[in-house]
Amino acid sequence: MESVGLSTSARERWRAHRLDASALLRAGAVGVLLLFVLLALPQLLSLYYIDAMTQVAVYAVVALGLGVLIGRVGLVSLGQTAVLAIGAWVSARLLFATSLPFPVVLLASGVITMVLGTVVGLPALRMRGLYLALITLMLAGAITVVLATVNFPNGGHGFLGYNGNFVHIPSIRRPAIAASDPAFFRYAVVVAAVMFALVLAHVRSRPGRAWAAIRQSEPAALAAGINVTLYKLWAFALASFITGVAGGVLAAAVRHLYSIDFPTQDSITLLAVVLMGGAYSLWGAVIAALLLEFLPALLNNWGVSADWLTIVFGVGVLQVLTTAPRGLAEQVPRDLARLWRLVAGRGRHRPAVGGGAR
Amino acid sequence: MIEVRGLTVRFGGVTSLQDVTVSFARGTCGLIGPNGAGKTTFFNVLSGFVRPSAGSVRAFDTDLLRLAHFRRARWGLRRTFQTEQAIEELSVYDNVAMIHEHSRLSAGSRRRDVLEAIAFVGLDLDPRARVATLGAGQRRLVELARAVVGRPRLVLLDEPAAGLPDEETRHLREVILQIPSHAGALVILVDHDMSLVRACCETTAVLDFGRLIASGPTEEVLRDEQVIRAYLGTEELAA
Repeated sequence: MESVGLSTSARERWRAHRLDASALLRAGAVGVLLLFVLLALPQLLSLYYIDAMTQVAVYAVVALGLGVLIGRVGLVSLGQTAVLAIGAWVSARLLFATSLPFPVVLLASGVITMVLGTVVGLPALRMRGLYLALITLMLAGAITVVLATVNFPNGGHGFLGYNGNFVHIPSIRRPAIAASDPAFFRYAVVVAAVMFALVLAHVRSRPGRAWAAIRQSEPAALAAGINVTLYKLWAFALASFITGVAGGVLAAAVRHLYSIDFPTQDSITLLAVVLMGGAYSLWGAVIAALLLEFLPALLNNWGVSADWLTIVFGVGVLQVLTTAPRGLAEQVPRDLARLWRLVAGRGRHRPAVGGGAR
Repeated sequence: MIEVRGLTVRFGGVTSLQDVTVSFARGTCGLIGPNGAGKTTFFNVLSGFVRPSAGSVRAFDTDLLRLAHFRRARWGLRRTFQTEQAIEELSVYDNVAMIHEHSRLSAGSRRRDVLEAIAFVGLDLDPRARVATLGAGQRRLVELARAVVGRPRLVLLDEPAAGLPDEETRHLREVILQIPSHAGALVILVDHDMSLVRACCETTAVLDFGRLIASGPTEEVLRDEQVIRAYLGTEELAA
């Protein structure tokens, strides 16, 4: 088939770099980092920080779910903490009521949360922006109220599994291979890695392309043959699934769940740190989780009230929105590269400029 | 063959299209008229973004209006937009592949078809380049590649040359001219550049205030008294 103009080279150019060296390098770096976190980190940290890092693993997945919604599809949800609470509730109930293997419970709570979370996403089919944020926030508030009434399961009987008369409340069980805190930290990291891989597989393929189109322009997406309704619900389903799984890990991490641990305003803080980390990037989710869970642990250990973080996050969001809309995940490497160029450049020029005397 | 009968579109009290009956036979057909004449509304009806209050559209023996909007791409309807809508976040390749994967076409031929479409429009660049890094002319070509990939039956081009320098318009003209024979599709071209319309379109229809005021062979239509009064004359005055 002939072509117009000069170009027939698109195909050759495509063949030219089939093996992308930088992508391999990046994958290798991620692998090494993962090995370090799994093998070395538990040896280096005290139990206090290991627990904090387990929370980071959980909230990295929650932040990732919100990142998919905001960064990829352009849907603002302020209900993700409530979705996490649903996941935690469901898996706590299953862990007390059944002797199912732990991964099966995680999968089941992911699927159940996916169904419920997609219902939270239904308003998104008609709304965007501020109104969607408001509706999801109200829904999250409603879920918090319900949870405060029914409480989290604590080994009691019946559908709700709650017994207010217990003196010794039994702990939520952990998998046999991950009973200790360091072992469970590793378990949480592996689960988080699997969830990141699941999301990566989505954004790199058909749904990811469809989401990018929807985020930029719904008419363009429709004209490309994309079923916008389906793909929006798909995004909510994926975000809810991974958040539900994270809820299961959280339940076994803390071992006792209380409804006051899931206040509605946490969803707003989550949005703030996701914006700071970078909603579009997978690394942004890790940064968001470090800001949300590790930083308070650090401050507490230093004797500084973690409440200060509200102010820090406020300033941080303002900083990111004005100077780096894609968050710290992009800003930090970019600024480091700029700094490096500056330092390297100055090093080279110093003899000429300063005469080498200083 | 596209047969439009009695098409009427009302937005509240405004009638954007009034009882338009027109047909487009083959090759590239022009659709012209002053701003606000209803050209884009006409395209929006065909692509399913606007539901007409009356009328029918038969396209190659399919009742187009009965297809859900997102299914029309699968049927073979492609369009470009007045403000170019290539997806910035994606690579050139992914932009074009996206249409292919939502059509009923085999995934086995995807890479070949996509690269062929990119080559057809004359985009001389690495298909992995992100659209955000491209200039306006190249983005238009990405949109055109999206319009010709796979097996389009009806291609709607909404002012493809708007805002482009002369040289790029010339290249665009070459591409548009070849779409019917290359892709086997019927092309409807909306543009204000009369030299482009003259060069590309055998037949042309003219809309004014939502009504069809002329249609037929392009040269005849452009000589039509009413068309000159309603549209072309005003352009000359403005110039």
